Amino acid sequence: MADKNGFFDLSKTTLTRRTALKGLAAGAGLAVAPGFVRYSQAQSSAPIKIGFQSHRTGIGAAYGRWYEKTTAAAVKAINAAGGINGRQIEVIIEDDGTDPGRGAEVVGKFATQHKTDIVFGTLFSHVVIGSAPAAGENKMPYFVVSEGHHVASTKLNRYVFQPGITDVKSQIQSMAPWIAANAGKKVTQIFPDFAFGYDHRDYLPPALKAQGAEVIAQIAIPPTESSFTKYFPQIPPETEVIYHVMVGPAVLTFVKELGEFYGSNLPQLFGFMDSLEATDINSPGLEFLDGSHFWEGSPRYAQADDSAAQKAYRAAVGIDDNGAAVGDPKDVSTASHMFGCWETLYVVKKAMEDAGYKGPEDRAKLVEATEALTAFAEGPEHPQGPKTFNGKIHQCFGIQNISKVEGGKLKVVHKTKIEDGLYEPEGDYTTQAL
Amino acid sequence: MSEASPAKAYALHLGVIALLFVLSFMLPDYYHGLLARIMVLAVFAMGYNMLFGYVGLFSLGHAMFFGAGLYGAGLAIIQLGWSVPLALLGGIACGAVLALAIGLLALRTTGVAFMIVTMMFAQVFYLLILYFAAWTGGDQGQVVPQPARVLNLGATSLDLTNPTVRYMSALVLFALVLLVTLAVVRSRYGRVLVAIRENEERTKMLGYDTFSNKLIAVVASGTICAASGAAYAVLFGYVGSSFASVQYSILPLLWVLLGGAATTLGPLIGTVFMYYVIDVTSGYTSAYLLIVGIALILLVLFFPKGILGSIRQRWLGWLP
Repeated sequence: MADKNGFFDLSKTTLTRRTALKGLAAGAGLAVAPGFVRYSQAQSSAPIKIGFQSHRTGIGAAYGRWYEKTTAAAVKAINAAGGINGRQIEVIIEDDGTDPGRGAEVVGKFATQHKTDIVFGTLFSHVVIGSAPAAGENKMPYFVVSEGHHVASTKLNRYVFQPGITDVKSQIQSMAPWIAANAGKKVTQIFPDFAFGYDHRDYLPPALKAQGAEVIAQIAIPPTESSFTKYFPQIPPETEVIYHVMVGPAVLTFVKELGEFYGSNLPQLFGFMDSLEATDINSPGLEFLDGSHFWEGSPRYAQADDSAAQKAYRAAVGIDDNGAAVGDPKDVSTASHMFGCWETLYVVKKAMEDAGYKGPEDRAKLVEATEALTAFAEGPEHPQGPKTFNGKIHQCFGIQNISKVEGGKLKVVHKTKIEDGLYEPEGDYTTQAL
Repeated sequence: MSEASPAKAYALHLGVIALLFVLSFMLPDYYHGLLARIMVLAVFAMGYNMLFGYVGLFSLGHAMFFGAGLYGAGLAIIQLGWSVPLALLGGIACGAVLALAIGLLALRTTGVAFMIVTMMFAQVFYLLILYFAAWTGGDQGQVVPQPARVLNLGATSLDLTNPTVRYMSALVLFALVLLVTLAVVRSRYGRVLVAIRENEERTKMLGYDTFSNKLIAVVASGTICAASGAAYAVLFGYVGSSFASVQYSILPLLWVLLGGAATTLGPLIGTVFMYYVIDVTSGYTSAYLLIVGIALILLVLFFPKGILGSIRQRWLGWLP
């Protein structure tokens, strides 16, 4: 029968190079078939690989170390509770040196060598912006914990998300009502003369104006400056509040010189905890901060009214009541930011479960599932507080803390509302192709 | 140093280009992408080598030329909406004009003074990027939008974010600069540059206008570095001030010293070596810079003229 219909009649066939290659390919496919079956089975239970782009070296190293601790704690908690879709999480860490060039290479390495499911954890804005093109080109979901406005500005791409920490524009806007009502109406800003300072320079004046207050002077200080006394005469005498966001080692000198300049006539001081992350508030020279106020993302010091979720989070990460590492009081944490790693991982878990995520082929589904999220309730997964999420700009919005320095500790005196930090979206990532 | 026949030298260089072409089909994805980046940065090192290796002018400011190309091309796309070919030309032109201006001023000095003056100009360039943050993006930098990174050549449209297109584009730039560099260093003009490096006074005495020759070398060097910067902007989609910082003035020096100053292929070898040492060691320890430092010390001890420079000195005297 076979001969009759010519199926096995080799005389009627022509063995072309293409036919031979097809045959070889089919044979090779059959040869590896058992392996393929094993792979398919393995994939369903294989760990979900998360590429952690860490600032282990460079200017962001202090943050990077605490981001790693928080991430490890969150992964341990998620894995202990069954993982994501029944799969354990495996974290692969690469150091980006807090450098945007290396950052892009690291994202490429996660995508093409480690073949991770997502990339996660970047803090410094210039590294996020430098790495974003690589994430977009590799179609790699990139969950950053940066607080920069760059994600919400919609100038990056559809694969970049910031669902675990609010952005600086929202933070500044949230501070304005309290400053105007409690600290004073005439504000002088002192900020470092680079992008972090520019965010405060640009976003605070309109926010204060909306509250009936005003910025009466803006003093930009070059990042290379090590002494600040010469800038203080530029502060108008009618200043009621000095709003300062100096960062880096020079902040100790800055506060000391500011205190010495004013003596007992120091105006109200309001700062951002970015200035003093990983720095002991009781360091010599910071005495002048007593009585002043700070923005905090998540409180460094344990508070009397801490929720059970907050207490559990602090215990899991390993920070004591003073916000330092348990057993090492000098190892002060970056509490205002690192909670974002914890919360982001729970957002990733939720989005992967919503998407029925199985592997890298489902990355587009993961992006859409993340964009579909709208709110995160306060609880063990979101111990910092409740949040809303705008899927069009890939940014979450949440509450902020205003803390007063009292007796060498920071005490939360006000919590803002989510609505205080909302603003009009500047674009829509969902219109971009996946 | 014995003289190689032109055919032998060109055969070697064409062989290297062919090897890089073949590697495109053999390398795993990650190293494929990494080599594309290395080739672009090796062009930067070749530009630096033109001045440092062949003329003996020690600059610590070449990041400004790379930055001029990077920002010239990147901002032309982001702020002015230029096409990729125009932006590339714009970036290269920025570097050439800047190099001419810097050369006219800095070549009044020599030796350590030249190094300091170039470093100071580069610092001014870097601070200008921060000062004009509204346009440049300051220290955060800016993304060159992915849809804009398309090279239209007549009816053909090349997506520069595609890994293969990006690799081949980097290879074309690398090959072009490598062959031009080889031709220049083998030319009469190249010999004048070496003569200036070896004894400028004697070269003057022989009737050569050393200032003009050095100025041409500065402009050529700056233009090549700018080409690298412009290519980086369009191929990798990011322009940031860190690429104009002093670190990026030191890196090409390091790459060239490692590979071999005044060797045409040394910059590539040095760049590859540094990249791979950092990439591999950073996977094992956060103290990888310590390992890099030890590797550099060992190289200085056993290959004092750089990898290719020492090979040329000991075994292959004909290497250009």
